[in-house]
Amino acid sequence: MIVEMTLNHQVKRFDVDHDETLLQTLRKHGVMSVKNGCNASSCGTCTVLVDGKPMLSCSLLTIRLQNKKVVTVEGLQEEVEKIGHYFGLEGADQCGYCNPGVALAIYAMKQSLANPSSEEIKTFLVGNLCRCSGHQAQFKAVKRYLGDPL
Amino acid sequence: MKIVKHEIPSIDGKGIMLGHKAFTDDFAEANSLIVKVLRSPHAFAKIKKINVEKARKLPGVEIVLTHHDVPRKPFTRAGQGYPEPSPHDKFVLDEYVRYVGDEVAAVAAVDEKTADEALKLIEVEYKVFDPVLDFETALHHDSVIHPEEDIHEMFPIGFKPAINQAAAYHMEVEDVEKALKDCEVVLEETFYTQAQAHAMMEPHTVNARLDIHNRLIIYSATQTPFHVRRIISQALSIPISRIRVIKPRVGGGFGGKQALHGEMLVSLVTLRTKKPAKMVYTRKEVFESSYTRHPMRIKVKLGADTTGKLKAIDCHILSDTGAYGEHALTVFMVAGSKVLPMYNKVDAVRFHGEVVYTNKTPAGAYRGYGAIQGNYAVESAIDMLAHQLKIDPIELRKMNMIAENETSPIFAIMGEGTEGTAMNMETCKLDYCVERGKTLIGWDEKYPRVDISDHKIRSVGMAIAMQGSGIPYIDMGAATIKLNDDGFYNLTIGATDIGQGSDTILAQIAAEALMTTVDKVVVYSSDTDLTPFDTGAYASSTTYISGNAVYKAALKMLELLKEAAAKALKVDTASIDFDGELFTSTESETTISLSQLSNRLYYNEDQEQLTATGSYYGTKSPPPFMAGFIEIEIDKETAEIDVLNYVSVVDCGTPINPKLAQGQVEGGIIQGLGMAHFEEVKYSKKGQLVSNDWLNYKIPTSLDVKKLTTEFADSYEESGPYGAKSVGEIGIDTPPAALANAVYNALGVRITSLPITAEKIFKKIQEIKGD
Repeated sequence: MIVEMTLNHQVKRFDVDHDETLLQTLRKHGVMSVKNGCNASSCGTCTVLVDGKPMLSCSLLTIRLQNKKVVTVEGLQEEVEKIGHYFGLEGADQCGYCNPGVALAIYAMKQSLANPSSEEIKTFLVGNLCRCSGHQAQFKAVKRYLGDPL
Repeated sequence: MKIVKHEIPSIDGKGIMLGHKAFTDDFAEANSLIVKVLRSPHAFAKIKKINVEKARKLPGVEIVLTHHDVPRKPFTRAGQGYPEPSPHDKFVLDEYVRYVGDEVAAVAAVDEKTADEALKLIEVEYKVFDPVLDFETALHHDSVIHPEEDIHEMFPIGFKPAINQAAAYHMEVEDVEKALKDCEVVLEETFYTQAQAHAMMEPHTVNARLDIHNRLIIYSATQTPFHVRRIISQALSIPISRIRVIKPRVGGGFGGKQALHGEMLVSLVTLRTKKPAKMVYTRKEVFESSYTRHPMRIKVKLGADTTGKLKAIDCHILSDTGAYGEHALTVFMVAGSKVLPMYNKVDAVRFHGEVVYTNKTPAGAYRGYGAIQGNYAVESAIDMLAHQLKIDPIELRKMNMIAENETSPIFAIMGEGTEGTAMNMETCKLDYCVERGKTLIGWDEKYPRVDISDHKIRSVGMAIAMQGSGIPYIDMGAATIKLNDDGFYNLTIGATDIGQGSDTILAQIAAEALMTTVDKVVVYSSDTDLTPFDTGAYASSTTYISGNAVYKAALKMLELLKEAAAKALKVDTASIDFDGELFTSTESETTISLSQLSNRLYYNEDQEQLTATGSYYGTKSPPPFMAGFIEIEIDKETAEIDVLNYVSVVDCGTPINPKLAQGQVEGGIIQGLGMAHFEEVKYSKKGQLVSNDWLNYKIPTSLDVKKLTTEFADSYEESGPYGAKSVGEIGIDTPPAALANAVYNALGVRITSLPITAEKIFKKIQEIKGD
């Protein structure tokens, strides 16, 4: 089955099985930033942006993405560079397995919430699990990034 | 110090976030066979018959492996040095299955769907046995979990499989029974700690292929690449020189990836089919078929006089190692050896117990490694004793805890599976940590509790902890520094960065010693072909052991550089000064830059490759110390707990990178709080692990963290690189006891089993009311 979508600002056509997930399609085609953490839509490591909204690619069938705009960190390098900069300053990077997904969620939050409260930030990011950092350093990095103009 | 003790961003964090290939599965061959495992539905059974013909005939299936098809050689997956303190009680595949999720057979197929289909076509007839699911009834149980005759211990560890005992140990300093009899006050309590799941974000992952030399090349998400190479060689009887293990970036380990998981089966598939193969554990497999923390029953007796002087400690532990004895003895011993020396002024101390097999998911290494279990019991008991004596729990600790320049006889007696190593505490800022933490949490204003409203109480609790810095005379690390043209360096290390930031802090140590900047030190870790040996990322060893190796390598490189500069300037080496960029001869007042010298060495004159290797093993294991303070708000009616603040004051010697060290402490605190408060691996009555996804096994999320306050004591450990001790595990130890103590301070109920849930507190309150 042929699916045409815009992946990282380029029109792509993928020949996929009817039950193939977007996570499988992306990794098969070398988009390695998208991680398999649980394959059950509960960890957030496979987060991608679909038409600007953070979605879990392990639970999206690729055939449903006809004509959709899919963005991963590969297509958002400049902005992710900024987020990574603040993660570095706050010591929020540890293993990094969750980081591409969390970066997309942070970017999407900045797009959709104006001046979010601490509680709103934590709620927005609650689906992106992290077992390493203890969350506080990430939170501080996010606050600093939100202070940057888009 | 210009580089060390500075907050340098991790050298690889941004690259990973930007999505560059980093992790094991990112390097799998696109045409890898997919390896899947058929797992046991029974907690304890013997395979009577297994028929794989239908599976083998399915188009796309390349190979099916059962216990009939694999080498039968007992080994341990523990991922420790050699000889291991864990029994060799595991086979690649066996006729017995010992827990729900144990391996029955493996298939390799062209894609995932075919592999899954093939698993369904395997017909197995089991003889099902009565499983051992309650570890307190395991010893001498009618069901013997390891009846096979060809398993063995590597040296005496108390291994008695006939009675379901994986290991046992006993040590005593003076006569504890007698000392307790003479005490004016004796406190006795039994504590239970639960199984905790590592829940690292990257599942266990491995892939393999053959190279043009017909060697087996393995990428593995492992904490111990060199042990993986050795254990595969031993268990599969292939020469170690035919194996290369590459550890790319690892997505969290916490001890869970110290062991081997998919490596054996994937290696066998590639060796037999000559094709690349890979395995990524499903999340269910990570929960069910890798490791948990060892659950324990800990009986503590404390004896003291009425002034609060601690006279005797008796500690008996029954530990549950699950189906296989990985880390059985050593985790159990650390529950004593990294807890009891904190109270070093006692007249008598005893530590003893047994580690038993059960038909549950195997227990293994997990951050804290027994210390968190022992700490919960002993640090809860110390508070209980303080309340009995009507002494402030902090004052009781200050009277009895270890101090700088002191020692404990336990250090010499208890090692990890062997005898220990005597040592003095050259650095121990525990007194400062306690005082500073007390101020930061506001103890004097808040202890024991403050009523907030009719329903809400706020209270505080605390605990102290110690860990180690590598295993003396066993853990070894090595580093090679290579000079390149234009004057930058490669640092290759066997040390294993699993996200803790070791590549960054080891680069900092090298840069500090070479008087250069971190960007001039290109780090590569770890690869058994290309990097020098290192035992791996465990036992809080990397900063201290591998860090010292890097430091030694850097000093050697400085000598080589000065010799080369002297040759170039035609002066005596002793006359050379070097500031990291420029060599100056005090004899001739001539100079040559590092860049010029390097280019000369590789392109022009006296051509020579400069390479220096340093290696290090510890002759002691200087413990990091910390004091942890918790402030909670608790609902009097529902017993719901909100953690408002966790204060950590840590003596880890010099924090090589304060931000990354803080990350280690805070990550540990939150994992420890998860264990203290709600994390629990749960089983059905038939032994099925039911908390096998993230909906049924909750880990702390962004919403669970209110405030973490972390500080470091001013401390300099002479034997460590630039004064450093370890910091990877110490953070996890205090939360269970601190939370238990805070709950007691709030409501007067003592919770003696983890996790400390609202339900348990509520029930306990009802019990007291009922009385």
